[in-house]
Amino acid sequence: MANSSEALGSFREEVKSWLADHFPSSLAGQAGAVLRMESVDRSNPDLDLWIKRLGEKGWGTPTWPAEYGGGGLSQLEAQVLNQEIDAIGAFNPLIVTAGMGITMVGPTILEYGTEEQKKRHIPKICLGTTFWSLGYSEPNAGSDLASLQCRAEDMGDHWRLNGQKTWTSGADVSDWCGVLVRTDMDAPKRDGISFIMIDMNQSEIETRPIRLIAGASPFCETFFNNARAEKDDLLGDLNGGWTVGKRLLQHERQSQTGSSSGMGGGQKRSLRDVAEKYVGLDAQGKLSDRDLRGRLADHMMEARAHSLTIARIVAESRGNAKVSAAASILKNAAARVAQNRAELLLEMLGSHGLGWEGEEYNADELAAVRTWLSGKAMSIYGGSFEIQNNIIAKNILGLPENTQRG
Amino acid sequence: MAALTEEQALLKEQVSSWAREEAPVSKFREMRDRGTETGFDKGTWSAIAEMGWAGILIPEDQGGVAMGHLTFGVVLEELGRQLTASPLLTSAGTGACAIILAGSEAQKKEWLPGLSDGSQIFALAVDETPRHAAPDQIALQAEASGDGFILNGLKVHVPEGLSADAFIVAARTQGQPGESNGLSLFVIQGDTPGISRKRLRTADSRGYANIEFSGVHVARSALLGELDEAAPLLEQILDCGRAHLAAEMLGVAAQAFDMTLDYLKNRIQFGQPIGSFQALGHRASILYTEMEMTRSCVEAALEALDKGDENTAELCSLSKCKAGQFLHHMSNELIQIHGGIGMTDEFDAGLYLKRARALEYALGNEAFHRDRFASLRGF
Ligand SMILES: Cc1cc2nc3c(=O)[nH]c(=O)nc-3n(C[C@H](O)[C@H](O)[C@H](O)COP(=O)(O)OP(=O)(O)OC[C@H]3O[C@@H](n4cnc5c(N)ncnc54)[C@H](O)[C@@H]3O)c2cc1C
Repeated sequence: MANSSEALGSFREEVKSWLADHFPSSLAGQAGAVLRMESVDRSNPDLDLWIKRLGEKGWGTPTWPAEYGGGGLSQLEAQVLNQEIDAIGAFNPLIVTAGMGITMVGPTILEYGTEEQKKRHIPKICLGTTFWSLGYSEPNAGSDLASLQCRAEDMGDHWRLNGQKTWTSGADVSDWCGVLVRTDMDAPKRDGISFIMIDMNQSEIETRPIRLIAGASPFCETFFNNARAEKDDLLGDLNGGWTVGKRLLQHERQSQTGSSSGMGGGQKRSLRDVAEKYVGLDAQGKLSDRDLRGRLADHMMEARAHSLTIARIVAESRGNAKVSAAASILKNAAARVAQNRAELLLEMLGSHGLGWEGEEYNADELAAVRTWLSGKAMSIYGGSFEIQNNIIAKNILGLPENTQRG
Repeated sequence: MAALTEEQALLKEQVSSWAREEAPVSKFREMRDRGTETGFDKGTWSAIAEMGWAGILIPEDQGGVAMGHLTFGVVLEELGRQLTASPLLTSAGTGACAIILAGSEAQKKEWLPGLSDGSQIFALAVDETPRHAAPDQIALQAEASGDGFILNGLKVHVPEGLSADAFIVAARTQGQPGESNGLSLFVIQGDTPGISRKRLRTADSRGYANIEFSGVHVARSALLGELDEAAPLLEQILDCGRAHLAAEMLGVAAQAFDMTLDYLKNRIQFGQPIGSFQALGHRASILYTEMEMTRSCVEAALEALDKGDENTAELCSLSKCKAGQFLHHMSNELIQIHGGIGMTDEFDAGLYLKRARALEYALGNEAFHRDRFASLRGF
C-alpha cells in the first residue's frame, strides 16, 4: 500500500495508464444514465466489458482485501483511483450487476461473516456476478425498523421465512437478499432479530415492482411464503441481527455521503454553463437573474463546504476513514446539496424543466426532471433526514433521549 | 380585508363537494394514464361551464354573472385542491380578462358569451422563452400589411394551447425586444392558416403546446386595444392570471397540507403517531403559518383586482411569490413526511409535486416576482 505522496504519485500514473487501456470510451459520460438505473442501456456490450475488466482488477471494490477479490488498496489510493475515474468521465459500474452488494452487504459480510461466507459471497460481488438486494423495511416498520414482523422459523436443517418486506430496491432482479427477520417472538423488539442471507431464486418468494414518481420501478413489495434459507446463511449471531443490521446501515449511510466518488461526479453538467444558456448573462458577464445568482452561489458554496468536510474527515483519519458518526452529517448534507441542485437546475430550465418525454426536449432536460424527482428519496432511504438528526443529537451531541424514541 | 360573503362561502362548499365527487384527483390520474388530446376531460369542462363558473368574471349583459375575482379565486382554489384539469383559469380567467380590459364593444359581443358558456376556449400566447420574461422582451413580429397584419414567430409552452379555439397573442408591431413601446395584442382564431401547434408532454400531464406563427394573416379587427401601446394592458392581463394562479396554488398546497396533516395523525412509528415527534409537529406548524399568510395575500390581490386598487400589480406579485414559496415548500414536505409512500406513483404526492412546479414557473416564478415587487416599490 502506498501512502507517501511519492508512492501515490506513481500509483496515479499506474491508474491512468490502466484506465486508458481498459475503459471503453463509448461509455464516457454515461454514468448518469447507467447509475440512475432507470435506462441502463444493457445492449451496449461495452458496459459488460467494463464491469468485467474493473471487476477482475478488483477496483470496483478497491479497498476490499485482495484475497477475496477486492483491490486491496488503502483509502488514499482508492481516492486517487476515484479521482482518475472521474477525470476521464468513467464511473464504477459494479452497482449495475451487484446492486447493494457493493455498498452495503459486502462490507458487512467482511466484518461479520465466517471465513466460509466470505469466500462464498465476496468474490462474486467483486466481479459483479451476484446482485444483492436488502430487505429491511416493512409496511409498518420504516423508521421504526425494530418493530419488523417478518419471521424466520428454525426448521432444524434450514430456516423458513414468512412475511412481507417493502421498498426493496432491486428485489425483482436480485440473486440474493439480506433480510432482517424476527427469530425470537418473545424477546424485546431489538433482541429477537437476525440477519439472514437468502437465495432469491425460489418460487416461495414473490416480488411486485412499485412504480415511482420518476416513472421507473426500481423497488418492490417482497413476499416470503415459506421461503427457504440454509442454516449457514445466518450472518452474525442468532438474535444478533440488530447489531449486524445497524452496522450495515452505517455502511449505507457512508455510501450516500457523497464521498464515494468514482460515481460519475466528474461528469455533472456545470450549473454555470446551464445558467448561461438558459438564463443569460448581462453586459458585465453576471447572471442576469440576480436573485438566482445569489442562490446559485449559495448552493455552490454549500456543495464546496460538503466536499471539503469529506476531505477533512478523510485527512483527519489519516487515510483510513472508518465508518463513523460523521456519516449522518454527511448524508444529510449530501441529500440537501443534491436536492437543492436539482431544484435550481429545474428552475433554470424553466418550462424545459417540466418536460416528461418527446422530442421537444433534449436528453439533458429530460434527465433533469427525472433526477429531480428520484432525488427526493435521498432524504428518505438509508434512515431519513429526521432519523439522521436524531442520531446526531443522541450519538454525537450526547443529548438525552426524551420519551419519543427513534 | 377579505372575509368571504355568505354567497362566496356557499359557493366554496358547492365547488368543494362537486370537485371531490365529480372531478377528484383520481379522475385526473385516470386521464393521465389514458392520455387525452387536450390535457383535460371534455365532460368535466362542460360541467364546470354548465354551473356557470366560466362566467364569473364576465358582465351580465354578455352572458356572465359578474361576481368578480375573489369569487373566481374561490372556485380555482377548490378545483386546485383536486388538481381538477380544465381551461377555466386560462380561458374564463386570463382570456376573458383580456377581452374585458381591452376589447371593443364588437369584440366583447363576439367573444364573451362563448367564453362565459364555455363553448370558446382561449389561450394566452405570451412566453417565447422557457422562463417567463417581462413583456418588453417580446419579439414575435406582427407587420402591418394592407388593412391587417402578418405574424411570424414562436410562442412556447402555451397552456391549453392544444385545445384553444382562439389565442390572445402578444406581438411586436414596432421597435426591438427590450423596448416596452411597440407591443400590440391580437385575438386570433386557432384555425387561421399559418398557425401550427406542437404538443408538449410535460411532467404535470396538462395540455401545453408550442405555437408557431408563420405568415399568419389577420385583419385589423383582430387588434385588441391600441396599436403599439399594449404593454401596460398586457401587464394588467398578466396580473389577473398571476392572482388566479396564486389562488389555484393555494388550493393545491392546502390539499397537500391536509394530506400531510392526516398522515401525521395516522401513521404510527415507535408506537405513536409520527405527528407527536416535535421535529415533525413544528414543521406542520410552520407550514400552517405559511398557509395562513399566503391566503391573506391571495385574497388581497383578488380583492384589489375587483376594486381596481392602484397597488394591484404589487399585490399580484406578492401573492404569486408567496403562493409559490408556500407551494414549493409544501410539495417537498408532502413527500418527505410521507416517507417511502410519498415516492410511489400510486400515491398522489407526485402529482401534486409535479403540478406545483408547473404552477410556480407560470407567469413568473418567485424570483421574478421578488424582482418585480422591488421595482414596483421603487428600489
Ligand atoms: C427509493 C427508495 C429506495 C428504498 N430502498 C430500500 C431497500 O432497498 N430496502 C429496504 O429495506 N428499504 C428501502 N427503502 C425504505 C426506506 O428505508 C424507508 O422508506 C425509510 O426507512 C422510511 O420509512 P417509511 O417509508 O416507513 O417512513 P416512516 O418511518 O413512516 O416515516 C415517515 C416520516 O416520519 C418521519 N419520522 C419517523 N420517525 C421519526 C422520529 N422518531 N422523529 C422524527 N421524524 C420521524 C420520517 O423521517 C418521515 O419523514 C427505500 C426507500 C426509498 C424511498
